[in-house]
Amino acid sequence: MDISFVIEKFVLVAIIFGISLVIAMYSTYAERKVAAFLQDRLGPDRAGPFGILQPLADGLKMFMKEEIIPTHANKWLFMVGPGLAMLTACIGTAVIPWGSPITTAAGRIIPLQVTDINVGVLYIFGVVSLSVYGVMIGGWASNNKYSLLSAIRAASQNISYEVAMGLSIIALLLVTNTMSLKEIVEMQHGWHWNVLYQPLGFLLFIICAFAETNRAPFDLPECETELIGGYHTEYSSMKLGFYLFAEYINMFVSSAVMATLYFGGYNYPGMDWVLTQVGPVIAPLIGTAVLFAKIFAFIFFFMWVRWTIPRFRYDQLMHLGWKVLIPIAIANVIVTGIVIAIVEKF
Amino acid sequence: MNHNQPVYTDNDPQSELVTLNLGPTHPATHGVFQNVLQLDGERIVSGVSTIGYIHRAFEKIAEHRPFYQITPLTDRLNYCSSPINNMGWHMTVEKLLNITVPKRVDYLRIIVMELARISDHIICNTIIAQDTGATTTFLYLFQFREHIYEIYEEICGARLTTNIGRIGGFERDFNDIAFAKINKFLKEFPVALREFESLLNRNRIFIDRTAGVACVTPEQALDYSWSGPLLRATGVDYDVRVSEPYCSYDEFDFEVPVGTSGDIYDRYLVRNEEMWQSVSLIEQALEKIKHEPAGVFHADVPDFYLPAKEEVYNNMEALIYHFKIVMGEIDAPKAEVYHAVEGGNGELGFYLINDGGRTPYRLHFRRPSFINYSMYAKMSEGMLLSDAIINMSSMNIIAGELDA
Repeated sequence: MDISFVIEKFVLVAIIFGISLVIAMYSTYAERKVAAFLQDRLGPDRAGPFGILQPLADGLKMFMKEEIIPTHANKWLFMVGPGLAMLTACIGTAVIPWGSPITTAAGRIIPLQVTDINVGVLYIFGVVSLSVYGVMIGGWASNNKYSLLSAIRAASQNISYEVAMGLSIIALLLVTNTMSLKEIVEMQHGWHWNVLYQPLGFLLFIICAFAETNRAPFDLPECETELIGGYHTEYSSMKLGFYLFAEYINMFVSSAVMATLYFGGYNYPGMDWVLTQVGPVIAPLIGTAVLFAKIFAFIFFFMWVRWTIPRFRYDQLMHLGWKVLIPIAIANVIVTGIVIAIVEKF
Repeated sequence: MNHNQPVYTDNDPQSELVTLNLGPTHPATHGVFQNVLQLDGERIVSGVSTIGYIHRAFEKIAEHRPFYQITPLTDRLNYCSSPINNMGWHMTVEKLLNITVPKRVDYLRIIVMELARISDHIICNTIIAQDTGATTTFLYLFQFREHIYEIYEEICGARLTTNIGRIGGFERDFNDIAFAKINKFLKEFPVALREFESLLNRNRIFIDRTAGVACVTPEQALDYSWSGPLLRATGVDYDVRVSEPYCSYDEFDFEVPVGTSGDIYDRYLVRNEEMWQSVSLIEQALEKIKHEPAGVFHADVPDFYLPAKEEVYNNMEALIYHFKIVMGEIDAPKAEVYHAVEGGNGELGFYLINDGGRTPYRLHFRRPSFINYSMYAKMSEGMLLSDAIINMSSMNIIAGELDA
C-alpha cells in the first residue's frame, strides 16, 4: 500500500469530517433562520452580518458553560452517551460517494469516497441502528424519569422505523442489484434516478428518515412540552452540545443517503457534456456541488416539516410504523419483485 | 393513593408503577401547579393535583380595601383576560350601588371585553397547537395578542394587568388612536385566524391528537359545575352573556357555538368560533357607538366616580366628592349581590356581601379555572401522558385564576 494512498484517504476523511461538523454547525443557524422565515420573524442577526457568527458564539457558550453531572447519575455512562451519539453520527459519512473520481493530469485517479465497501447500504444501516444507543444510554444514565421515558420512546421508535426503512431499501436493492453505494450512484447516471423507479419506496424511506433522526413530527424523545428536554434534560455544556450536534449531523447524513440512494447522488442531467467542457478535474467537483445542493434541499425540507406540522403521540407513532408503513413497504417489495420478474422475462 | 397526602417519590421498590411529578415547574403546566402522577409506562394510572402555589389570599385582602382598589386584584386572577375581570368587578359594584351606566359605556365595555376574550382564546388555542408541537401556528396568531395589548395600552396605559375602567364607567374616553387600532385589528385578525384554522382544523395529525381525547359528557361537566367553552364543547349551550345578559349583550346578535363530544378538538373549535363571534360583536358595538352621544364615558354618579383633577382643584363640590371617595365616607347599601360575567374560561362570578362599610364584608370570586380544574386529575386517569398534557392546555388553566 503506497503512502500517497494513506495521505489521500487521510485528507479526505479530514475534509469530510470537517465538512460534516461545519454543516451541522450551520444547520443550527439555518434551522433558526428557516424557522424565522416561516414564522415571520428575523431570527439571529446580532453576531456578525446576518448573524452568521451565531453558531460560533453558541459553540463558545457550550464550551464555557459549567458542566453539571447529577449526583445520582451513572457518571461513566453519562459521559459515554453523548460521545456515542456523536461518534455514530460522524462515521455514517464514510461510505457516501461525494463525487465521481478525480483524474489528475498525471493520470492518477482519486475517488471522492472514503471507502467503497460492497455492503455500503448495510453499513449505513448498522451505524444508524447504533445511534439509538447514545440516546438510550444518556437517558438511562441521567437517572431522571423524564429522560428515561424519552430513552424508552427513542428505543422503540428507532427499532420500529428501522424495520420499515429496511423493507423500503429491499425494494430498492431489487432494482439496483447491488449494495455498494458507488455502484448505486453510477447506475443513476443522467436521469435514471431511483426515485422514478421507487417513488413509494422513497416516500417510506423519507418518513423513516424523519423518525430515525428524531425530527418533527417524530421528535417524541425530546418533545419539550411533555418531557422537558427528553433524554438530554440533565445534560449541560458541551455534552448537551454533542447531542444537539449529533442530531444535525444525523440529519445531514440522512439527507446525503437519500440524495445518494434515490436522487442520483452527484449525477445531474448533462454531466457528460460538462465533463467534455471543463475537464476531468473540475467536473467531479461540480458533481459534488450538485450533491450538496440536493443535501441542502433535503435539510431544508426537514426544517420546513418541523416548523409546519404537529407531532404524533407515542401510540399513533407505533400505529403508523407497524400497521401502515410496514404493510405498505412489504407490498412495495412484492410489487417491485413481480414487475422486475416480468420485465426480465419479456 | 391518599388524596390528601400525595406520595412524591417511589417508596415501594416492588412497585410496577412510576411516580412522576409533573410540575410545579414544567414547560407544559403553563403556571405553577403540580400533578403527582402514577405512571404505568406512558399511561397514567392515577393522579393527584396540588394547587395553591401562588395563592395570594385575594379574597381576604379584598376585605380590607375600598371597592375601587379591588380592581387591581381582579387583574391578577385570569391575567390573560384582565379586562373581563375588571369589568365584571365594576358591574358587581354597580349592581350593589344601583348605578345605571350610559349605553355608550356598555358598548365600550363590550369592545374591551371581547378583545380580552379573543386574547384569552388566542392563548388557549395556540397553546394547544404549541403543545402538540406546531410552534409556527402558535406564533402566527400570538402576535395578535400583542396588537390587543397595544389597544389596551392606548385605552388605559397598561398591557397585562390592565385595571381598565372605574366604577361607573371608564377613567377616560377612548381616543382616536384606540379606535384606529381597533379597526386595524378587525381588518387584520380575521385573515390570520383563517390562516391559523387552515393550518390546524383539517390537519390529520392534529385531529388524531385531539379528537376523541378527554371526552366529557354534559352530565359529567355539569356535575363538576363546568362553565364556559369547556361546558359548551360538551354540548350544553350555557353562556352567561345569553342566559343572564349584562352590559347590553341582549341587544347584540351573536351565536353561542356548542360542541358534541367535549373532547379537545371540540374545545378548540368552540374557542375558534367564539373568536369569530367576538370579532362580530366588536364590529356591532363600534356601529352602535356611532348612534350614541359622543364623549360619554361614565355614569353621572359623583358619589362614586372620582372627579377630574382640574375639577378638584377649581371646584368645591368636586373637591368634597374627591375627599369623600378617597377617605371612604361614602354610604354603600347593606346588601348581598352576585354578578357573573362570561370570562375567557367560563362563568366568572363575584359574590359580594356588604355590611354598609367602605370595604366588602366578604367577597368571593367564582373562578372558572379553579372549578374546571377539579376534574383534571380524575380525567387524566387512563390517559397517555401526552394526552394529559394537551388536555391541560385545552382547559386553559391559568395559575392566577386557579389559586387566586
